[in-house]
Parts: sequence; C-alpha cells; structure tokens
Amino acid sequence: MALISCKNLTLAYEGKSVLTDLSFDVKQGDYLCIVGENGSGKSTLMKSLLGLLKPASGEIVYGDGLRQNEIGYLPQQTEIQRDFPASVWEVVISGTLGKRGLKPFYSAKDKALAKKNMQLLSIDKIKRQSYQNLSGGQQQRVLLARAMCATTSMLLLDEPVAGLDPVVTAEMYKIIKELNDNGTTVIMISHDIAAAAEYASHILHLHNKHLFYGTKEEYIFSDFYCKFCGGDKK
Amino acid sequence: MMTFRELFASEFMINLVVRALIVGLLVTLCSSLLGVSLVLKRFSMIGDGLSHVGFGAVALAAALNMTDMKLFISIPIVIVTAIFLLKLGNSKKTKGDASLAIVSTGAVALGSLLYNMSNQRSSDICNSLFGSASLFTIGDIDLILSSVLSIAIIVLFVFFYTKIFAITFDENFSKATGINTNLFNMLLAVLTAVTIVLGMNMMGSLMISALIVFPAMTSMKVCTTFKGVLICSASVSLICFVIGFFAACLLGWQTGATVVAVNLVAFIGFSVVGKSRRKVLQ
Ligand SMILES: Nc1ncnc2c1ncn2[C@@H]1O[C@H](COP(=O)(O)OP(=O)(O)OP(=O)(O)O)[C@@H](O)[C@H]1O
Ligand SMILES: [Mg+2]
Repeated sequence: MALISCKNLTLAYEGKSVLTDLSFDVKQGDYLCIVGENGSGKSTLMKSLLGLLKPASGEIVYGDGLRQNEIGYLPQQTEIQRDFPASVWEVVISGTLGKRGLKPFYSAKDKALAKKNMQLLSIDKIKRQSYQNLSGGQQQRVLLARAMCATTSMLLLDEPVAGLDPVVTAEMYKIIKELNDNGTTVIMISHDIAAAAEYASHILHLHNKHLFYGTKEEYIFSDFYCKFCGGDKK
Repeated sequence: MMTFRELFASEFMINLVVRALIVGLLVTLCSSLLGVSLVLKRFSMIGDGLSHVGFGAVALAAALNMTDMKLFISIPIVIVTAIFLLKLGNSKKTKGDASLAIVSTGAVALGSLLYNMSNQRSSDICNSLFGSASLFTIGDIDLILSSVLSIAIIVLFVFFYTKIFAITFDENFSKATGINTNLFNMLLAVLTAVTIVLGMNMMGSLMISALIVFPAMTSMKVCTTFKGVLICSASVSLICFVIGFFAACLLGWQTGATVVAVNLVAFIGFSVVGKSRRKVLQ
C-alpha cells in the first residue's frame, strides 16, 4: 500500500483552481521530484500534502500508518523570516515539537536527535550562532536539520537548493540521497530537471494543469523532458 | 510638581502608589512578552487597533454612566475585535491594513463623540489618550485582573515556551507537524486584548501599544536568540516603566507619555549599541 495516495485531487484558492484532477501514489522509500515552471502549483500541492490546504475535491489518503506528525517539511525560502532572532540550536530542536504532545520541555532524547542531525549536516560548529547571521546555504541546512528532527519516515522539501552555490547544491543533493538510501521517503520540489533526472526515482511534472507522472526512466523519454531541456532526446 | 517625600507622605498615598505600581509592572511584563510574538508575527498593528477600540469602549461606558464598570464593558468588546482582526490578518484577500485603519480611526471618532455627548472635560479625554497621572483610577478590580492575567501569561510562556517559539518562527511548519496553531493565535489575541484594556487606564489608549512594540524592538537590536529577546524585553520594559512612572508622578506629567519617552530613549540607546557591536564584529 502507498504512503500517500492522491485521488483526483483538485486544489484551488478561493474558487480559483490551480491544479485539477491529479492522481498519483507515493510509496515507502520513493524519491519523488516535483518539477514545473513558476506558479504551476508545486508549493500548493505540497501544502495540501501537509494538510495546510484542504483539497477542493478529490482526496489524499495517508496509508501505512503515516501520521501527520511524521512528516518533516522544508518550506520554500520566502516563507521564513530571515531576520528572526533565534539561535541555530533553537531552530533545529523545534523540529521535535510535533510528536511531543503537551510536554513542556525538550527531553534528553530530543536533544540527542537534534545533535545527531546537526552533526550529519555539519552545522554542529555553528550551534550557538544566530540564525539571521548565517549564509543562505547554512540557513537551508539548519532548516533541513529541523525537518529531519520532525521525522525519519517522510521529508517534504520545497526547493531545498534555491540560492545555493553549485558546490553546496551538490552536497545538499548528496545528503538528501543518503537519507533516501537509509529509508526516508523524499518528496522534493526542484527547478533543476537534470538533478531530478539523476537522483529521483519518480517525477511529477506540473505544466498548465497537465502533468506527467511516472518513473525517472519513463520521464526521460517523454515529451515533457524534451521540451524543458531543449529537445536533446537521449 | 511633587517631591518624593510628598508622594510617600501618608499611608493612603503609599497605598495608591504601590497599587498603581504593581498593576503597571504586571501589565508591562505581560505586554513585553506578548509583544515579542506579536512583533515577529507582524501583528503589532493589531495591538494599535485594539487600543483605539478600547478607547471607544471606555467612552461608551462613560456615556452610559457606567464608568465603574468600564472594564467589564471594554474587555469583551476588545476581545471580540481582537479575534476579528486576527481572522482579517490571516486572510490574504482582504486589504488587512486598510480595514484595520478603518476600525481604529472609526472607534476613536465614535469614542470622542460619545465623550462630547456625555459632557466630559477635555482633560478627561486627554488623560484617556495619554494616560492619567491621577493614581485614583486604579481600583481593586484592576489589581486582581492584572494579577490573574500575568500569572496566566507567565505560565504560558514558561510551559509553552518551545511551542511559542516554533509557531512564531514558522507557523506552517508547526501546523504541518501537528501543533494547534489556531488555538495559540486565538490565545494570543485574547491575552493581548485583556492586557491592552488593563493597561489603557494608566498608560492611555494612544500609548499602550507602545508597551507592546517598543520592548521587543529594543531588545532585538542587541539580542540574537529568542530566549534572549524575551528576557531582555521583559527586563527593559520593567525598568523603563519604573523610571517613567516615578518621573511622571513627581513632575505631574502624563504617565503613558512619560513611560513611552523613556522606552524611546532605551530604543535609541540599544540601536546605537547594536550597530556599533555589529561594526566590531565585521
Ligand atoms: N495563498 C494564496 N492565495 C491565492 N492564490 C495563491 C496563493 N498561493 C499561491 N497562489 C496562486 O497559486 C498558483 C500556484 O502557486 P504556487 O506557489 O503553488 O506555485 P509554485 O509552483 O510553487 O511556484 P514557484 O516555482 O514560484 O515556487 C499561483 O498562480 C499563485 O498565484
Ligand atoms: Mg513554490
């Protein structure tokens, strides 16, 4: 059974539809890449997967015991305040909150998890630094570490490499791939079709309310890929 | 003009001063804590709108000849407005800031007309806008309500500090990971409303929202962690209040205006310190 399955999903803001009649499944261990031009509704789709936006019609079924607080989320950069007074530690450990219920303080387990994820992303050296003074790439890592604190079962990443330099981008992709290899299901939005074709197992392409959904191999031979990469069919 | 000795001349005066001081400190503490969340969530204009509505509500109480009951009239009105403004701020479609301006200026206009109708002296209007220097307006009920309020807020900030941080930093993430953000926003609106009404008496309705905005902005000039901002914000605003309060009593100035002036000085001081520190770091 699928972890998430969308059936005839239609998403709309105040009656204006953004995506219509979308159906696809995400299975345990998948690496799904969502691609498409600006405004095609990628972030909107992700919001509905997170339960932040109710579908206008159709349904999203969460299977295999995936509960809402087992989803980690890396928001698109613009949605976070860059000048927020917070230390790196405060941001990362806040990821553990969802599964804690009403307990007021962080437990030793939460702290250990936050520490582990910071080491994994090599940001443990800047733990005490202020989030607002970090570079864009460091901020993205901090937010990824926070998402990893929320869960190990599923990560939803909205343009995790936007604004990062090529070296850091490659590193970020490597980290995400490693997480995926260790069993985390990944759904990632990206404008980088080449990277999507390299790392992902499945591709969802949104374009003018039409879409392509299939495995990476199918995608590379589809018209969508040709159109977006200047027509060099492999 | 008054000297310290005159201020503390009789037991009666001491009683009044102490009572006003306690209520003032409690309200200051509450508004400085709530203010951090409100300012960071870009809700600080709501505080301003609420205080204007509070002015209207107090005027209504005066017009109805129920000045003794004004807290019980204005608290519900301001709470309802707070919830309404919160909804307004969350929906993208409406022009939130313009509607807010309509609500607040409308409330002040109606309020001052009501004052005119009930034949109040213009000094009364001035006091209710800028804070009254007279200590006689602080009743037992203010004392009880502000104690209850500040206990509630302190408990909230100590026990739910981590959640408050998460929701203020990134509401969508918190919501997605299963935190009830709507409940928190509602609580924030209601507590802000009560704080504003309680503080209005002494600080004046034009000045009370400064208690919400100033301490947070001041401490963000130098503090870089959320916890640091909260602690600094509370301490700075308490110190500013004590200075402003006694200055106002001794010089016969309006309390609200004096306290805000002291806050302004602190803000400028912290800005200078913050800027020079940043220069050193670079
Ligand atoms: N809160 C909102 N209210 C109304 N319309 C919205 C809202 N958010 C997005 N939209 C509209 O929905 C459409 C899809 O937006 P979305 O943010 O999902 O695009 P996207 O694919 O993520 O684009 P980008 O690549 O720029 O991030 C856009 O046309 C946008 O104008
Ligand atoms: Mg987007």
